[in-house]
Amino acid sequence: MAKVLLFGALHDVAGWRTRDIDAANLQALTALLSSEDPALGEALAGKGVQVAVDRVIVRGDVALGPATEVAFLPPMSGG
Amino acid sequence: MSISLQTAPFDPGALLTRFSAGRTNAGAVVSFTGIARADQGAQTRLELEAYPGFTETEIGKIADQATDRFSLHDLVIVHRVGVIAPGEAIVFVAAMATHRREAFEAADFLMDYLKSRAPFWKKEIGSDGEKWIEPTARDRADVARWD
Repeated sequence: MAKVLLFGALHDVAGWRTRDIDAANLQALTALLSSEDPALGEALAGKGVQVAVDRVIVRGDVALGPATEVAFLPPMSGG
Repeated sequence: MSISLQTAPFDPGALLTRFSAGRTNAGAVVSFTGIARADQGAQTRLELEAYPGFTETEIGKIADQATDRFSLHDLVIVHRVGVIAPGEAIVFVAAMATHRREAFEAADFLMDYLKSRAPFWKKEIGSDGEKWIEPTARDRADVARWD
């Protein structure tokens, strides 16, 4: 079970902030989220959305362990 | 070096006084305070979201970079999260160096980073609804100056 976290506009699109989801890798996880909520799928594929796995920004696919934290990070804006 | 996120309002003057107190070997302190704006009197408020743990770590990395790049003696970053009313301070940055140029540049560098690359998400909530804020072209150009 990966712990999935959505930030910023993404949790408004999805209607949730955190969920436990069973997926072997990041690609499978994203595909699962997109198939059950196409609007979220589109938002996750949006420009500037980054993914952090166990708090490290990753690119491409990665394997997910049983307690992996996967965070989807839309474009950042502070200050 | 001190990096903190907090929901409670803060007093920038008090932060600056505390940061500068008792220093004898640094010749320059530059500080910046960002204030939540309400354009044209609109009753908007900001809601700032962070990724606890990750946000502080990521800011720490850029603070380390700033320390090396500008030979800083010390720096402090305080950033609000949660709901921020117009007129309240949202961010405070201060950089201390031997000479003024490095302190000015470090504060500028840190703010450019915080504005568009630090893990924060900012929503503007007004009478006409809610809007997530994304970095502007200007923000992106500002931070790219340091790459």
